[in-house]
Amino acid sequence: MDVAVTINGTLYERDVEARKLLIHFVRDDLDLTGSHIGCDTGNCGACSMIVDGKLVKSCMLLAVQANGSTIETVEGLADGGELTALQQAFSDHHALQCGYCTPGMLMSATALLRANPSPSDDEIKKALQGNICRCTGYWNIFEAVKAAAR
Amino acid sequence: MLLREVEYVKPASVAEALEALAENEGARALAGGQTLINVMKARAASPDGLVDLNGLEELKGIELATDGTLTIGAMTTYSEIVDSAEARARPILAEVCAQIADVQVRNRGTIGGNLCSNDPTNHLPPLMAAIGARMTIRSQAGERTVSAGEFFVGVYLTAVGPGELLTSISVPAGKQDGFAAVTLGADGTCIANAAATVDGSVRVALGCVDAVPVVLEADSVDSVRDAVRAANLDPPSDVHASAEYRAHLAEVLAERAARQAEERR
Repeated sequence: MDVAVTINGTLYERDVEARKLLIHFVRDDLDLTGSHIGCDTGNCGACSMIVDGKLVKSCMLLAVQANGSTIETVEGLADGGELTALQQAFSDHHALQCGYCTPGMLMSATALLRANPSPSDDEIKKALQGNICRCTGYWNIFEAVKAAAR
Repeated sequence: MLLREVEYVKPASVAEALEALAENEGARALAGGQTLINVMKARAASPDGLVDLNGLEELKGIELATDGTLTIGAMTTYSEIVDSAEARARPILAEVCAQIADVQVRNRGTIGGNLCSNDPTNHLPPLMAAIGARMTIRSQAGERTVSAGEFFVGVYLTAVGPGELLTSISVPAGKQDGFAAVTLGADGTCIANAAATVDGSVRVALGCVDAVPVVLEADSVDSVRDAVRAANLDPPSDVHASAEYRAHLAEVLAERAARQAEERR
């Protein structure tokens, strides 16, 4: 089936099998490997992307369902090579150990700060609930998001 | 994960969706996909076709009538209910939807999908049973409206038959509601849950203890525990809770939900 999506400002048009998950389409067909596949069961959030302004887990969406969508992935954050304030805060606060969950964490925190630039501590925690860090480095991630908030 | 090969259609109207479902017996309606896509990965479901309801604006949105009745489109997401000004007419709706899973799931998952999957651990079946919601089901033959008691038929089974779609949920006016759950982690899957409504007497609906929500009536909040005991629950045992512990939780949560409902005036 024909699928056309705009990812980080670039239009991609491909022929896709209906059964292909959005995460596989983005990683394997478009070679945008920033978004990770962790659990592939909708639990871990490593595949989180912003689709038409909404944060979603791209392992629970078919690529054909994203036809016509505008998608943001982690590759779109450092546009032109300069880190966003959130990415810089992740670096400053050592908010990543192995880094596997980081693309999803960044997208979840980006969606949070866009909707709510000054979140409370509880709002930050609630916003990151769908993202698992198996290094259990949650505290530094929380601190980084807090630092990036206004 | 690679799914089994599947046909995919995205109808532009409910009539088209019903036609697609009627034409292909092996087709399933795809709502938010937060359950269905995952069970397709595990091959627990293997539909031949998917009829994607996500383009159907007529199934989305929340209307508040002058008598306080809310009509919620089946494809309305949890996040939309949480953010809806209209849904505040029955505050428990947004409160419970905000406890379901996480932001990502709430942005995709729908009220209709939650009810139609009728997983016994879901939040919304007992809530709908407690607050007296009515479900409107459409097929090519016409439309019917059923109570929660008629809607929930068994584990993963509802009154929505082949070639039919749940189109909307009607929630009567009311405020004195409560909900309590013991979950796997904050906002995780329910081990046991209970919803309650106080309207003269107390109506409690228990989740996770049977194939469908168990609805009990009590004269007062103080007699809710007795009502649960009298129901002789025989809940399932699993790795998270023994049958005995789950029955105990049902009692505690029923009282918590009922007290919360009573305190809300």
